[in-house]
Amino acid sequence: MSFNPKHILGIKDLSADEINFILDTADSFKEINTRDIKKVPTLRGKTIVNLFFEASTRTRTSFEIAGKRLSADTVNISASSSSVVKGETLEDTAQNIEAMHPDIIVMRHSASGSCDYLAERLNCSVINAGDGTHEHPSQALLDAFTIRQHKGAIEGLTVTIAGDITHSRVVRSNIYCLKKLGAKVRIAGPRTMVPPGIEKLGCEVYYNLKEAVTDADCVMMLRIQRERQGATLIPSVREYARYFGLNEEKLKLAKKDAIVMHPGPINRGVELASAVADGSQNVILDQVENGVAVRMALLYLVAGGEKLQQD
Amino acid sequence: MKILVKSGRVIDPANKIDEKLDILIVDGKIAELAANIDAGDCEVINAAGLLVTPGLVDIHVHLRDPGQEYKEDIISGTRAAAAGGVTSIACMPNTSPVNDNLAVTKYIISKAREQGSANVFPIGCVTKGMKGEILSEMGELQEGGCVGFSDDGLPIKDGEMMRRALEYAATFDAPIFTHAEDLSLVAGGAMNEGSVSTELGLKGIPWVAEDAATAREIMLAEFTGGRLHVCHVSTKGSVELVRQAKARGVRVTCEATPHHFMLTDEAVRGYNTNAKMNPPLRSQVDVDAVRAGLADGTIDAIATDHAPHHRDEKNVEFAIAMNGIIGLETLLPLSLKLVGEKVLSLTQAIALTTCRPADILGIDRGTLSVGAVADIVLINPNKEWTVKAEELQSKSKNSPWIGATMKGLAVKTLLAGKVVHSRD
Repeated sequence: MSFNPKHILGIKDLSADEINFILDTADSFKEINTRDIKKVPTLRGKTIVNLFFEASTRTRTSFEIAGKRLSADTVNISASSSSVVKGETLEDTAQNIEAMHPDIIVMRHSASGSCDYLAERLNCSVINAGDGTHEHPSQALLDAFTIRQHKGAIEGLTVTIAGDITHSRVVRSNIYCLKKLGAKVRIAGPRTMVPPGIEKLGCEVYYNLKEAVTDADCVMMLRIQRERQGATLIPSVREYARYFGLNEEKLKLAKKDAIVMHPGPINRGVELASAVADGSQNVILDQVENGVAVRMALLYLVAGGEKLQQD
Repeated sequence: MKILVKSGRVIDPANKIDEKLDILIVDGKIAELAANIDAGDCEVINAAGLLVTPGLVDIHVHLRDPGQEYKEDIISGTRAAAAGGVTSIACMPNTSPVNDNLAVTKYIISKAREQGSANVFPIGCVTKGMKGEILSEMGELQEGGCVGFSDDGLPIKDGEMMRRALEYAATFDAPIFTHAEDLSLVAGGAMNEGSVSTELGLKGIPWVAEDAATAREIMLAEFTGGRLHVCHVSTKGSVELVRQAKARGVRVTCEATPHHFMLTDEAVRGYNTNAKMNPPLRSQVDVDAVRAGLADGTIDAIATDHAPHHRDEKNVEFAIAMNGIIGLETLLPLSLKLVGEKVLSLTQAIALTTCRPADILGIDRGTLSVGAVADIVLINPNKEWTVKAEELQSKSKNSPWIGATMKGLAVKTLLAGKVVHSRD
């Protein structure tokens, strides 16, 4: 099969075959990252703009390294230094960037739908690096890649995702991705953090973490944003940790060989007890490592994939 | 000056008329309705094959004038009305400055009279500056021409304030138009809360934000004996609350918009900012309830909440796009669609857009009674046409129906006997 998407806006519109194709492509790139000279000429002459309207260390660095290892020219624009502070609209900002002929814009933005918005209005490719509380496709793909690495296959697994479901783009992309690959997805959180109709995306809903992790193959904990504490969603991080934090005792309810994941950055002692964060079951750094390979695959495929080598 | 509207099917729900008649207009007023009038030497408008009804009355319009003329003004807004077969509109007071004083009221009325293509009945503010703190001078505003009072879009939070507003307005027998919404429950939401908002990752506005506020307003109307008009009901619960209140004898009326009986929150998919409004597009259950409310009489009027916004205010990320859509030029076909779908009889649909909304305002429009001002629309109910942005009279083009096919067209609109719109 060949797969040459113009944009990567979300997982929702990808098929299982397309997802597997991306993961297989990432597999072939992974080895480059461990070489002495970590660079191939694949995207030489291509320009990638990382347009980040929200703070990000991990995702932005990961995309930047991915681009550089493929020999693309990567440029980073962050909101604090951008023209947003001067009142320019997103469309105008994007059109100005496009006038400089980038091949790919990788965007993170606080507004859900902003990457779809951009893709409709620009000629270059757009990769969604997280739009509001909508999707974060590269995260879901690197999560699937990591699960596949540790479990061999995803079909038939039970994956539990716990935390602030309402405000998580990671959850939405992961539900789509894991369902398409044949896993059973459970989500868990306090009722204030579970949005209505989430089950329609194809998951089971739990309000009790112990029940949700029982016999799971994989437990993915989401970062709890401390600013939500004391607002209307949770009374305190202390109480949150008590009922929805993953500690060794709760983890024992999962399968013996269950893996623990987290999109980072982790809050020790809140959603993850330190003993779990440092325990043998966690694969959090594998996720980060795999993120580079997955993003290399996305950049490569969006830029034209196999066609590149034929040119 | 005599005009004869000949051979149309005249529908005048207020007078229980539905038959083929001629209408004779003399000096801008209806002089006679009869079969085969021989008026001698006069202008004749052939209405054969057309419906002839009172000009439509839209009691919820934002004209944006004064202050936001880049979106709409009294001239363009009333032209849009005429093009849609609407001859009377009530305009909301959230202009800049707001309509909380006689100067603004008089400006609107005189500009509409001199340059407008429809009758404009201003709605004044309930509170000064729409701040919810001090009552506006409702008596004087009413003398100046205001037909009701509203802090539309900025619902009155304070219970005591709302109580006094209903009481004070009742002194002058004026209705309070409420945008019933508990803003603390809206909490920054951008669309209806439900599975679609969850999927799109947009913050939801739950139905209870509308129901809870509607319930409070109804209780206060019941307590004070004041006249309450609930704007744009959009939920199953608020329709039911009004139904029950009417059964108890509370002085409450309500309206529904075409978008709330035609579209659900599914229309938001693709982050379509022309599907962003407040109250938001709801679920199918709510759409069905609004339709049932129109059919059984619970809902008194179809009103558009015509809310013009500039392209730049809609061509942005969904979360920061302005709320609202234009509606004057699509009111008629969308209302007639309910007849086609057997939700309403033709008479009901005409009543909901003519005499019943006029009754809410207490204005002498919306009928074809002998002696009434000759505000008349000639409708081709079978004419299919496509909504094209460049053909809309409104300055703004923020409609979810751009490109859609409509059935039913106002082919001629008469304002006090004068043709203000004509299209084949």
